[in-house]
Amino acid sequence: MTGTGGLTLAFGLPLAVALILFALAAYERRAGLASGPGFFQRNGLAVGLYLVIAVGFWAFFVIVLPQLAMVDMSFRPKLPPSQMGGPKDLYTLENYRYFLFGSTTSTAEWNWLHIKAFLLTIGVSIAITLLNFAICYPIAFHMAQSASVGRLRILLLLLILPYWVNEILRAFAFRVLLSSGGIINQALLGSGLTSEPIDFLAADVGLYMGLSYAYLLMMVFPLYNAIESLDKNQIEAARDLGAPWWHIHAFIVMPHAKPGIASGCTLVFMLCAGALAAPLVLGGPRTLWFTPIVYDRFYQAFNWPQGAAYAFVLLVTCILFVLLVLKAFRLSLGEITR
Amino acid sequence: MSGGPFQRIMFALYIAIFFLYLLGPLAVMGVSAFNTPQYPQVWPIEGLTLDWFGLLLADADMMYGLKTSIWIGLLVVCISVPVGLAGAIVMTQISARLRSTYYLIVVSPVLTPGIIIGISTVVFWRQFTADTGTRFLYDGIILTVLGQSSFISAYCMLIILARLQRFDRVQEEAALDLGASYPQVFRHILLPFLKPALASAAVLAFLSSFENYNTTTFSILSDKTLTTVLAGRVRQGTTPAISALAVLIVGVTIIGAIAYEIWKRRADAAAARRQRAAIAAEEAELAGEPIPA
Repeated sequence: MTGTGGLTLAFGLPLAVALILFALAAYERRAGLASGPGFFQRNGLAVGLYLVIAVGFWAFFVIVLPQLAMVDMSFRPKLPPSQMGGPKDLYTLENYRYFLFGSTTSTAEWNWLHIKAFLLTIGVSIAITLLNFAICYPIAFHMAQSASVGRLRILLLLLILPYWVNEILRAFAFRVLLSSGGIINQALLGSGLTSEPIDFLAADVGLYMGLSYAYLLMMVFPLYNAIESLDKNQIEAARDLGAPWWHIHAFIVMPHAKPGIASGCTLVFMLCAGALAAPLVLGGPRTLWFTPIVYDRFYQAFNWPQGAAYAFVLLVTCILFVLLVLKAFRLSLGEITR
Repeated sequence: MSGGPFQRIMFALYIAIFFLYLLGPLAVMGVSAFNTPQYPQVWPIEGLTLDWFGLLLADADMMYGLKTSIWIGLLVVCISVPVGLAGAIVMTQISARLRSTYYLIVVSPVLTPGIIIGISTVVFWRQFTADTGTRFLYDGIILTVLGQSSFISAYCMLIILARLQRFDRVQEEAALDLGASYPQVFRHILLPFLKPALASAAVLAFLSSFENYNTTTFSILSDKTLTTVLAGRVRQGTTPAISALAVLIVGVTIIGAIAYEIWKRRADAAAARRQRAAIAAEEAELAGEPIPA
């Protein structure tokens, strides 16, 4: 977004949308599609204005326009500030080309370093999502269906407690736990299972554990909420009819908890793929998670357009994943963000 | 999960491992905060000390970061709760045709990776402030508040919306029929009804802001919050002063949780007393006796 073009968009887009909405409202009124009081009649002028300004500012200046600016920047070349908006500031696919093929001077065929990091990030994020589902499902089911009120309160408190502590500190705790002089290695050495400390961090065990740990709650609570609304009698009835336990879960609980499962999976995947703290703190020396690469495009290479392109690639991937999950579970967005 | 003794034992084992995984790292931090070695260490315990707490409080960078984090958190609450409220009210009034588009836009920040929100905020406001000659707005704290508000407002909106859906519009119409003005209805009927949701939205907004890293690390520019200071420290390798910080945070949380529990029990007991008194009064009235004062 350059010079006056950007400014026009920044003020023009909200204005255009407002005009369209007014026109739409007038049309609906005339065509008899809408009945009842209009927006300002219903809220009064003062409250109505407040609503329009607050929501308008949020939707445009905080959500939509920044995203557009980022996408716009990702298609521009890297230029010194003096040349921005000048004749060299043309739309280009250079930043995306770089992601796939590396720099023009590089002789390698593909930019394997970044592509591998990207694929690794997506693959590991999916694996961690599935792992977290497996870890969290039993406890969520227990909390929702069989725990007493007192026990439920204690479980909830214990679950939430670690998450008051900062994300960085949590990741750091894993580093302390898994380091070569850490307590796990001491226990392994002491018991004679290994003769040398195992480098968990270089093997990325720490990273995967840290990521799974960091987003456990995002899986537990949607599952818990969804399972809680299931009528206990349905499970009783199935049991009385002789269904084995896995039938009950596969054909009664899980279909009922579908929105919760989808919402937990979406959140965990998205947070994992976009995680920055755990890879920074726990990543082994050879690991390349995708988000730190994006960060480095900005603050190490100072190539903002390229960073924006990388961020856009990540965003598109996340959107595709969400759509895929929605499609697979046959749900609408409203059902998973409840 | 009832069943045979074998299933019970398996489940108990699972719960034990689950909470060991969940609380183990905290325990490690807790112990290492009191142990003397320079690098956070649990075993062997070489000596007990409180030095790390002193070191933490004397750390100027951390204290500066803490102050900035608290400011940002408060500003985010001041923006996100009112905006979330407006977003939720508009959601209930918008025509069905626009609702799904509107919902998609305002909920999208929840499903957008944090770094992308941070990046887009910085990119947009750098250009915008340059274009409009308002360069003074291009400031780490302002940008962070804006960036965080985008998704925290959405959290707030979802919380408020959940309560708003249980609101009975008849109350509003009754007040209007009795001659109240629209702002009066908003202030005296809708807001009090939403108060619990507004309170939990505010707490959640502050906490999410306080601990955010992904968005903040981009939008804070050269300024610092507690989380970005911590991230810098942890990357360099560090002393148990960081463990001491975790211990303090958990300690404050536990004290807060206990205080809340006590307060809640008292409030429940008071409510139960009032209810008993009301029932007694009603029974007395039904029996035709004079109402006891």
